[in-house]
Parts: sequence; structure tokens; C-alpha cells
Amino acid sequence: MDAKTEQHQNIVVRFAGDSGDGMQLTGTNFTLATALHGNNLSTFPDFPAEIRAPVGATFGVSAFQIYFGSEDVTTAGDEVEVLVAMNPAALITNLKYLIPGGMVIVDTGAFNDKNLAKAKYLSNPLDDGTLDAYRVLAIDIHSQVITAVEEFGLSHKMALRCKNMWTLGLVFWLFDRDKQSTIDGLKAKFANKPDIANANIAALNAGNAYAETAELPSGIAIYKVPKAHQIPGTYRNMNGTTALAWGLLAGGKLANLGILFASYPITPASNLLHALAARKDYDVITFQAEDEIAAVCAAIGASFAGSLGVTSSAGPGIALKQEAISLAVSAELPLVVVNTQRGGPSTGLPTKTEQSDLLQAIYGRHGDTPLPVVASSHPGDCFDTAIEAMRLATKYMTPVMLLSDGYIANASEPWLIPDFDNYEPFPVTFHDKTEGFTPSLRDAQTLARVWAKPGTVGLEHRIGGIEKSYDTGDISYDPDNHQKMTDTRKAKIDNIAADIPLQEVHLGGSSGKLAVVGWGSTYGAIHQAVKRSIRQGFSVAHIHIRHMWPLPANLQELLAGYDNILVPEMNTGQLVKIIRSEFLIDAKALNKVSGQPFKISEIERAIKSEITK
Amino acid sequence: MNQAVNKLTIKDYTSDQEVRWCPGCGDYAILKTIQKLMPEFDRPKENQVFVSGIGCSSRFPYYMNTYGFHTIHGRAPSIATGVKLANPELDVWVITGDGDALSIGGNHTMHALRRNVNLNILLFNNEIYGLTKGQYSPTSKVGTRSPSTPQGSIDLPLSPCAVALGSGAAFVARSIDTEMKHLSSVIKQAHAHEGASFVEILQNCPIYNDGIFENVKDKKIAADFRIEIEHGKALIFGKENNKGIRLNKETLTLEVVTIGEDCPLEDVLVHDQTNKALANLIGEMGGDEFPVAVGVIYHNPKPNYVDDLFIQREQLRQGKESGNLNTLLRSGHTWEVV
Repeated sequence: MDAKTEQHQNIVVRFAGDSGDGMQLTGTNFTLATALHGNNLSTFPDFPAEIRAPVGATFGVSAFQIYFGSEDVTTAGDEVEVLVAMNPAALITNLKYLIPGGMVIVDTGAFNDKNLAKAKYLSNPLDDGTLDAYRVLAIDIHSQVITAVEEFGLSHKMALRCKNMWTLGLVFWLFDRDKQSTIDGLKAKFANKPDIANANIAALNAGNAYAETAELPSGIAIYKVPKAHQIPGTYRNMNGTTALAWGLLAGGKLANLGILFASYPITPASNLLHALAARKDYDVITFQAEDEIAAVCAAIGASFAGSLGVTSSAGPGIALKQEAISLAVSAELPLVVVNTQRGGPSTGLPTKTEQSDLLQAIYGRHGDTPLPVVASSHPGDCFDTAIEAMRLATKYMTPVMLLSDGYIANASEPWLIPDFDNYEPFPVTFHDKTEGFTPSLRDAQTLARVWAKPGTVGLEHRIGGIEKSYDTGDISYDPDNHQKMTDTRKAKIDNIAADIPLQEVHLGGSSGKLAVVGWGSTYGAIHQAVKRSIRQGFSVAHIHIRHMWPLPANLQELLAGYDNILVPEMNTGQLVKIIRSEFLIDAKALNKVSGQPFKISEIERAIKSEITK
Repeated sequence: MNQAVNKLTIKDYTSDQEVRWCPGCGDYAILKTIQKLMPEFDRPKENQVFVSGIGCSSRFPYYMNTYGFHTIHGRAPSIATGVKLANPELDVWVITGDGDALSIGGNHTMHALRRNVNLNILLFNNEIYGLTKGQYSPTSKVGTRSPSTPQGSIDLPLSPCAVALGSGAAFVARSIDTEMKHLSSVIKQAHAHEGASFVEILQNCPIYNDGIFENVKDKKIAADFRIEIEHGKALIFGKENNKGIRLNKETLTLEVVTIGEDCPLEDVLVHDQTNKALANLIGEMGGDEFPVAVGVIYHNPKPNYVDDLFIQREQLRQGKESGNLNTLLRSGHTWEVV
């Protein structure tokens, strides 16, 4: 058909449907095709905690949002321009994200009385004026799919399962994407079920052909989104979980150590266990423990024995591990603890994102137990922060907390694949000299305790959680010794500030009216908001902290160069509290704890109000 | 066999740390037995690792001149599992108590046994919390008066060996702190077992629970209150050596009989350490009616977690170029931007 075209530098598309409708699969396929098309992109899967909620229920709606375009894209976007709603529940829960004039694609076949009632629509939104502000593409996808896959003899139910691919075919046409990567993916995924693969491919092709040949309503345009200018190189689509898993493998390699990854299933951290369990051909052993405590303890045991112990969880699980983490602080053993943060407290919002475990990471143990905390700011960054966590853990013989969150873990972005040969190795040297050995020997510079692993002749020794003599490592209840050991443990961690990069300004000048200081997954939204504000002539900079503890050595001085400090966080004010207490700076908080990432516009508004007030 | 290993003596396994248990504590006898036994294993001393939790018994590693890790309450089996997974060459011992292993750490004990991780778990059961000054424990008999149960405890105790059997342990045994020969023999068999081995050691706490095992320990009366079981041997005990244990095949329960009086010798039960049903019955004997069984209650090897883990990994690695990060980073779908 002859459709109009619309030019967009960037655009946000949101797919929404039942959790059984395959929206995440649809989204990831669209993502891959978009990456191959040459756009920059960022994605945000937004799914419910229920695995298979009752069909048609609003709480079972699963969504996948992608922001892509020709500019640097660092968030999944604020305002949806194209919404795909597979049923009334998906429409009622997602319409609020669509901008006026945006396009909504609906499957009229799913808008029956039963589904309308489940979504609590009193009348059909397709004909009661609800959608007047939008461009509506209403198609009976149900019957289109049934016809498209008829020849494969699938049951009615199985045939209907192909409707996500039919819809994807249609969307591919609207955005001028190549469907081949999806066809290849379907063939691989259903290699043992060729009928299913072929039915899905037929549905995909049918949706694509429908769009091309059918007379689409006026006002529906093909979206032209030009390619981005990208740094040349080899790219892959990377989500935070995979980046973190591979970063751990990379860190183990650089440290020349085997890894024991011990974990207990918890949303949204389990995927890290899955990712590493599938990679046991690398130097990693994965251990699904009986509980969170056993997981961290097994990791500590492995570190004692000369591997690098890593454990992973979300907030509630980290709380359970904290006693054992304190043991690792006391015994001065390396350990990496990954916290993929989620909405809290308690079970909270398991599938939604939050940054409310920063204080738990820095302060959440018993006794004086300082340890380094590192935070990832976007999916690809997880690769480098995992390596950094392992470097610090082994160099300083300390547990390290690595913070990710549900958003980063599931979001994906094109990743320029680095050459691993360019990474600086940090091989561990185990102590093996018997002369003068005590388990309390320390490196004069780093203050790190020696690592003498069982199996080494002549270095038999005991360690534990009881306070140890600074000189011999034997049990000591001496008051002065406890003071000295506490001071030493603190000094060891404080010293790390000299071994981490100085804080950079990510965008804007190194002084000015306002610095927006963030950490973790707010990176993208802050970055865009600051960029837009600078374009409008505001004196504002973006500073994003990776080393949350100890803080970079120059941070205080850097922050002093701005009239005001604004700290956006997905919590009620944690980094802002640290900045205020550490630096006596009157930093302001911008907080959001809705389980949804910040919108660019929310931060932009706060910047303006902070500068103009 | 390494010559140097053979030459080791009890002294080599004794650390320079002052032992700080109360005078008369059963732990001294256990420590001495194990220090004396270690050279017999013909294993490098540097490969011995003792891991403990919290409690009186958990101070044990400090007194062994081996690698040792005194960890946190209840978690020794988990930490020991990590040690073993990181280096399967090590002999890993877990030293624990009734509170440590069966109360706060019950979950880890259960799962270490279920998984059959190759650990030697020695549970010093004194039926009391010693280090925290005498509260009743999950193995204390009903009516135990303690600071936290001044009117006597009202909850039923559990049997460590029954818990171990119920958790799927493939090696379950019981011995007594001061019976050096018997304890040595049991620990030797536990050490030889490939997989998790569980040994309950009845241990006297002279301060908070003194004499709790006197019946089974006092040489004058022990013959009537304990039975030394051995695979293939009839379950006979008593001062006169004329009492036996018979299985009532109607009720599937055990009964004490007097041989020659109410039971012919051939009807006395013969211990079969591979029979789980018998082990369950024998392991729970005690109380007023039955003698306490000491010896190997159950031994029936099954696949162990550590071996299977490494076998699986080797299979996975076969024919693969492993460990190249650049290959990993470029695996799957990639594209070039020029």
C-alpha cells in the first residue's frame, strides 16, 4: 500500500499483552532487528510477578518498551509513541503512557465482553471515544492468525499463540525492519518442533504482508528512524544480567582464579545464576544452595579454599547474608556479593526496580564492617563493574558489594564488544613462604591480609570470626588490639579511594549552577535530562558515581564547585544522605519509588526548578 | 604413600593454642582421639581442613594444627561445602554441636547430608547449650531444667541420627567421647566413606548437663544400657551377654528379649548397616526400654555431589574451546558497524 512516512529521530514503542501472550519475546525480537537496522536503543521489560496470571487480568499484563533512534539513547524513553495492546487489560493499564496523537494497535478479536469486563471497562473503548486522541489501528488479529496458520493443523489455542508474531510482522513493516533475524531465531528456538516454527514464521510473514497490502486507515504512517552514528566495531545486544555474568567470568580470568558462584533463587537475581550455570565450560562452578545464608557461606568457604566466592541476590536475600558477610570482613577473605535491587521492603515489588539498598550495602551489617561498594549504571557497564568488584575483592582481601537493579538486569542495549586482551590482569599470588608466616601478615601498602590456601605445605593456620591478634592472628580479646584491628579494617577500605579513578563529570562543566549527581540505573534518564537542559542554556552537569564506597577522592572538592547539588534516586534519599553526612553539603533529593524508572522529563523539570528558584 | 606423612604423630596435629574448655569437658577426650587418629589417615596434613560453627565444640579447629575455619552459628556445613567445591582434594571436617547443627543450622545439616557432599560431620551432642551458659537444646530430654526452662523443658527432643537418616545421609554412626578405641574406629570408617558422613558423639558437659550419658558410659552398668553394633553381627548386649534385640514382624517394632528364655539366639536381629529401615529403628533406640546403639548405624554409599559435579563439568567441556573470553563475548548474534 501507499503509506505516508513520518521521520523520527527517536521513538518509543511499547508492546503490552497478557503474560502468556509472548510480549517479552516480541520485544526482544524487535530489539534485535532494530539493533541490526543500526539504531541506538534501550529497552525496558516491565512484567508482573505472576508467572501466568488469569488470562485478561490487569495484574497479568506484561509489557516491553523500547526507545530507539539516531541519537545517543540511554533510557527506555518517557513517552510512548506507538502502543501495541493485545487485549483490553493491556490497553487500560498502558494507555496512560501513550502521547496524544500516538498510535495504538489493538487486536479487536480480544475486545470481547468477557475481556472488557476483566479489564473493568464499562463500555468498549474501541467505539466509545476513549481513543479519540490517538491514531488507532484496530485489526482482528485473532482471525487473521487463525487463517495464516491454518495449514499447520494446530489446535485453536496453539494457533492463537502465534498472534504475537503476526503483530510483530505488522510492526516490522511499520518501522521498516528486517524480519530475517526473527525467522532465524524461531527456527533455532523450535528446532525440534518444525511445525511450531513454521506456524510462527507464517504468522510473522502474514502480519508483514497484511500491513503492506491492506488499506491501512488514513493517518497511519510508516516511521522512518534514521540510523545512528555508532563507533565502528563489533556489536551485540547486551542485557545487564549477561554482562554481569560475563564480567564475573572475565574477572576470574584476570585474577587467575576459579569462581564458585553460590546463589539461591530470587527475583530478579536468579537469571544471573542461570547465565553462569550455562557457562560451566568456563572456570566457574555454580551452586544452588538451600538458602541465601548457605549461598554466601559456600562462597566464603570457597574463598578460604582459594577460589573466588561470589554470591548474588536481591534485597531481602542480601539482608539474610549480612551476618556471613561480616564474617568475611572479619576473616578478611575476598567475596563478591551482587545485589540486583528490587522494590522493597519485604517481598515488595519483586519484578520492579528500585535503588533502596544503597544504605544496606554500605552500612547494613553488625559491628564496624566497612566494605567497598560498586554500582553498575547501565547494562553494558555491568561487565566492567563486575571486573572491578573482583579486582578490589582480591587485591584488598575483602567482600565487595556490587549493586545492580531490576531495570539494568533486564534492560538491553547495543554493546560495542571490547577486546578482552586489552584488560589489565590482576593475578592473585597465594602466600607460600613458611618462614615468618602468620595468617595476620599484611601488605604494607594495601593492608590486605595474606591469602594462604589450604593445601599449602607448612602454612596450616586457623581463622575465624573471633577478634584476632594484629600480630599473630591468634584469638585476642585485648582491648587495644580490638581498637587496632577495627582501625586497620577501616583504613584498608578507606585506602581504596586512592586506587579508584577520580570522579569525572559525565556531561557539562566541572563547575556551575547545578550538578545532578546519580548512581546506578538512573544514568540514562539523568544524562538525557541534563543534555536537554544544557541545550536550553542551563548551567548544569551530570556526575554519575560508580564507586559508592569508598567515594572517589576528589568528589567532595568537585561537588563544591557547583552552587547546588541535586540527587535523583529511586529511593527516599540514600546517596543524598551520604553526600550530606560525608561532605556537609546541602544536597537536595529527587525521589521516586513507584517501581518505574525516572522519566527524563521528571528530572528535567527538577533541574529547571532547582536552577530557577 | 608419602613417607613424610607416615612419620607424623599426635604432636604434629596439636596446635600451639591453649585449650580453653572447662576442666572435665568431654571435648578434651574427642580432641585427643582425633589428634591421635589423624596420622593414621596417611593424608597430607596440609590437606586437612576443620570447619566449625559456634558453640563449645566449635572451638575445636583452633586446637588442631591443620587448616581451620571457626565460622558463624549453624553455617559450618555450608562453608565446608564451599571449601570442598573449591578444592575436592581437601579432607573437610565439620565440627558442630547439637544447637549448632540441629537448631540454628538444621537446614544446612539436612542439605549437606541430602546432597552427599564429601564432608566428615562430627556432632558433639551434650544435649545443652554450653557456651551461652546452659539453656536447653533441641536434643535435651523433656523436663530439662535450664535458665531458659526453669520449670523444665516441655518440647520433645529430636534424635540426631534420625534427622541424619531422614535427610538421606549415606553414613550415620554414633560413638562416645571417652571411648577412644570405639570413637577412633567409627571416625575412621566415616573418613573412608565417599560422601557426607555423620557421626553423633555423646559428649558430657560437666558444668551444665553433667552425667546425662552416665548409663552408657559407666563401665559398671553400661553393658545394660548400650549396645555396640557391627555389620553382620547379632544385636546382643547385657552384663551377662544374654539380652538381644528382636524385630517383631507383626508390629514392625523392636523388642528386648532374653536369649534362651523368651527367644532363641537365631531369632535375634542381625545388624545390616545397608538396611535403612533397620537403621531407623536401631538409631532411635534408647530411653528406658532399649539400649543406646553405638557404632555404624547405616552405611550405604550413593553418588556424591562433588564427584558428579566435576564429571558433569568435564562432559560439558569435552570438545569445547574453554575459557577464551573473546570467544564468549562474540558468541551468539553480533553485527559489525563500519
